[in-house]
Amino acid sequence: MSEPVIKVEQVHKWFGSHQALAGVDLTVNAGERIVVCGPSGSGKSTLVRCMNGLETIDSGAITINQIDLSGGLTAIEQVRKSVGMVFQQFNLFPHLTVEENLCLAPTRSLGLSAYAAKERALKYLERVHIPEQAAKFPLQLSGGQQQRVAIARALCMEPKIMLFDEPTSALDPEMIKEVVDVIAELAEDGMTLVCVTHEMGLARAMADRIVFLDEGLVVEEAPPSAFFNAPKSDRTKQFLCKIL
Amino acid sequence: MSWVRENLFSSWGNTLTSCFIGFVLAWALVPFVDWAVISADWGGSKRTDCNSGGACWVYVIQRFDQFMYGFYPVSERWRVDVVGILLVVALTLFFWPRVSARLALLCWALALFFCWFLLTGGVLALPYVETRLWGGMMLTVVLTVGGLVLAFPVAILLALGRRSSLPLVRISCTAFIELWRGVPLITVLFMASVMLPLFLPDGAGVDKLLRALIGVSLFAGAYLAEVIRGGLQAILRGQYEAAAALGLGYWKTMTYVIMPQALRHVIPGLLNTIIALFKDTTLVLIIGMFDFLGIIQASLNDQEWLGLAAEGYVFAALIYWSICYSLSRLSIKVEQHSGVHRV
Amino acid sequence: MGCITHRLYGSFLDNNLWQSVRHTAIFWQLVAVAVIVAGGMWLFGNILDNLANRGIASGFSFLKSTAGFGISTSLIDFTEASSIGRAFWVGLLNTLMVSAISVVLATILGFAVGIARFSNNWLLARLAMGFVETLRNIPLLLQIFFWYFAVLRSLPGPRQSYDIAGLAYLNYRGFYIPKLEFFDGSGWSVVGIVILAVAAFCLRRHRVVPRISVVLAVLILVFLLVSASVSVPALKGFNFTGGSVLSPEFVALVIALSSYTAAFIAEIVRAGIQSVPRGQIEAADALALSAKDRMRFVVIPQALRVIVPLLTNQYLNLTKNSSLAAAIAFPDLVSVFAGTALNITGQAIEIIGITMAVYLTISLLIAFAMNAFNRSTAMRGLSTG
Repeated sequence: MSEPVIKVEQVHKWFGSHQALAGVDLTVNAGERIVVCGPSGSGKSTLVRCMNGLETIDSGAITINQIDLSGGLTAIEQVRKSVGMVFQQFNLFPHLTVEENLCLAPTRSLGLSAYAAKERALKYLERVHIPEQAAKFPLQLSGGQQQRVAIARALCMEPKIMLFDEPTSALDPEMIKEVVDVIAELAEDGMTLVCVTHEMGLARAMADRIVFLDEGLVVEEAPPSAFFNAPKSDRTKQFLCKIL
Repeated sequence: MSWVRENLFSSWGNTLTSCFIGFVLAWALVPFVDWAVISADWGGSKRTDCNSGGACWVYVIQRFDQFMYGFYPVSERWRVDVVGILLVVALTLFFWPRVSARLALLCWALALFFCWFLLTGGVLALPYVETRLWGGMMLTVVLTVGGLVLAFPVAILLALGRRSSLPLVRISCTAFIELWRGVPLITVLFMASVMLPLFLPDGAGVDKLLRALIGVSLFAGAYLAEVIRGGLQAILRGQYEAAAALGLGYWKTMTYVIMPQALRHVIPGLLNTIIALFKDTTLVLIIGMFDFLGIIQASLNDQEWLGLAAEGYVFAALIYWSICYSLSRLSIKVEQHSGVHRV
Repeated sequence: MGCITHRLYGSFLDNNLWQSVRHTAIFWQLVAVAVIVAGGMWLFGNILDNLANRGIASGFSFLKSTAGFGISTSLIDFTEASSIGRAFWVGLLNTLMVSAISVVLATILGFAVGIARFSNNWLLARLAMGFVETLRNIPLLLQIFFWYFAVLRSLPGPRQSYDIAGLAYLNYRGFYIPKLEFFDGSGWSVVGIVILAVAAFCLRRHRVVPRISVVLAVLILVFLLVSASVSVPALKGFNFTGGSVLSPEFVALVIALSSYTAAFIAEIVRAGIQSVPRGQIEAADALALSAKDRMRFVVIPQALRVIVPLLTNQYLNLTKNSSLAAAIAFPDLVSVFAGTALNITGQAIEIIGITMAVYLTISLLIAFAMNAFNRSTAMRGLSTG
């Protein structure tokens, strides 16, 4: 058993009077591929956003690669360098070309030379199968292409962990597959992945473990076969009835 | 305590910034407060009563009536007060939910006529007061309100004209708007005071105040037209189609469907234009009129009260600031209240 | 959106009484033209009568006549014997100089204050807000008066000048600053410096030779050292010699114009920054960009899309507001031409007409330049397809 790279312990998070996370515990080992699912408003996005400090937690502890996220700005910055994030809305920088989007963070926050960053950018663009789009602006690409650029942008930081926050939810149906394929390829390469998704095809294809969240709590954790075929909790059953 | 730590001293750079600003503020504000309040002179009636080294507010207090009424005869100043009260009452009408807009407009029109006759006089038992005696804050308000009232109908027509489908109308309205927006107000005022007499038939002398008002309202009209055009653009196409489907013609569509909606959209922009106009009326002092700033500026040259520029300007700034600031707050309130700025 | 009525009318008129409506349209346009032409002719007739009655000359020959007045601040040679036409150019150049300097200062100050409003230092953010709320709610003319009469005119005399590091001096006669003085016959090095500066600007992002602008900057410095010396003002008797002096009118105008406009620019910058979607900031955070880099590479470039068009209006306003110079007798276009020259010649129509035309031209040029900048820089990456 390899050592845990993500440790979430008794995490609570409030938005005003609404409780998003009500004591979540979760451990992810190196190389493990986790899919987080649950009904909307269950706190799954919040959980992933807490893992790289986009949201601050109200109590509990999150440790990423042995770094406690509550250790101030330097700790958060250190964690973010080793954790890539892909957003639902892509969040590409529209004023920069694809290549500039990919090179910005490696040069500015990792201190790579412009040349090395460009080489790296091309490498990962090839990995997401769109090297020919390097000179275009994000808004000139299709949604699927944009999301693949966003994945490449996160990969350019050569992170140890990748977080996906509903990566296919903003895509037109015919573009979901190209993005799912890219994520599945990453999963095969042995990178640690945490993915929030409604895409059960993706969950089946790549997950080692599915975590089901409801009302800010982990209701069930199981490998895909057990999760889909023999769910234990009633709430999981209800959820599966609705989406399958 | 934790608030202080977090907002002022969270890091080294933050602490340094806080200390530097604190030091500068203390260095600038302490002497100012001392000058303006602690060691200032408040009582007395002559320049020699100011001997403490602080601000000489005696001068402002002695001159206060003149700053407000200009050279309006002392015995007739109650007329200005009545007009002032009337304007405030008329203004609240717009924010009174149970009064319809048409009734409010009618009241305004009546109130303005009444105000004009009350201020100039010459009818009934009221003695005539020449407009060259008008001055101070009263003149500033007359210029702002008068300029705005004259500008408003012109602005609506210009805004409609600029969006007209008739090319000649559209082009001439656009040219007219852009002409006034492209030149400084001061040249417009020069034009009104120097050129206007040349435009009119010989002997048709126009009052100086009226000339300034014409200049101000031409200028304000162009800016208002653009504000109203913005409101018109915010009206969705469906509204025009619905009106057309009901068989309404152009003027009826505009009067009953489009304008009421558009004008609600433009209230914040309108208030901003009023603030700008209120500040801009100070320019009339360059063509020799004594508005609020003009009369303070003139009184600084009074032989008995020399060397009090700072007091005069601080007082003027305080008054202008409070009025403009409250208007801008009002604008923000209206914007939030009507939900116009929903994105 | 621009012509809803137009398109709308066009569409439902096709199947309606197209002919009669078109006739109505033509009729109303003819009415409009008739009103404008009749009004114009009436005004023109009045003007001719009035000019004849008052014995005022017309035409533009007055531009060639001798001015007979002096001008305190001038970028080109001007004496009482110069023509009124030359006085026009002196005024125009002064207007342009004051506007250009104030635009630069207002932009720098406005951006600084606008960004400071987002500072996590409470005191700094509040100070920035106080700056904006104070300055934009006080009439500009009052601010000019304040700086001119209450501050600069109340400074001590030359002997008690405020000494700024022994290089510059401030007293009621003005602001004495050091000046670059080129040696005789160094015209070629000036040309060289200009060429080098242009080259440095063009090549500042050169990929092959990344430090070329530094090299060029050093070359410029060398050129300056061999061809020019710095003249520092020094007190001789009752006044200063050497250096150059900025008049109190000029200083008051520049301070008031740039700080007043900066307050408006700061609000625009704030609105621009707020318009950047939250997701962009989160993406920058997730990529571990520092707060400074996030601002510089992600937020500001996108905020510029909102900022630049609004900035154009502020630059136009500043240029027009520079005409308030007339109130403190700084010789700008309005003060010299629409003031002094108008009083001497009495030819109001020509002079006010020229003045307005000049401001309109300046407005159009600024709008044109800013639109070009907007297209090339600010709207980068926004078009699809």
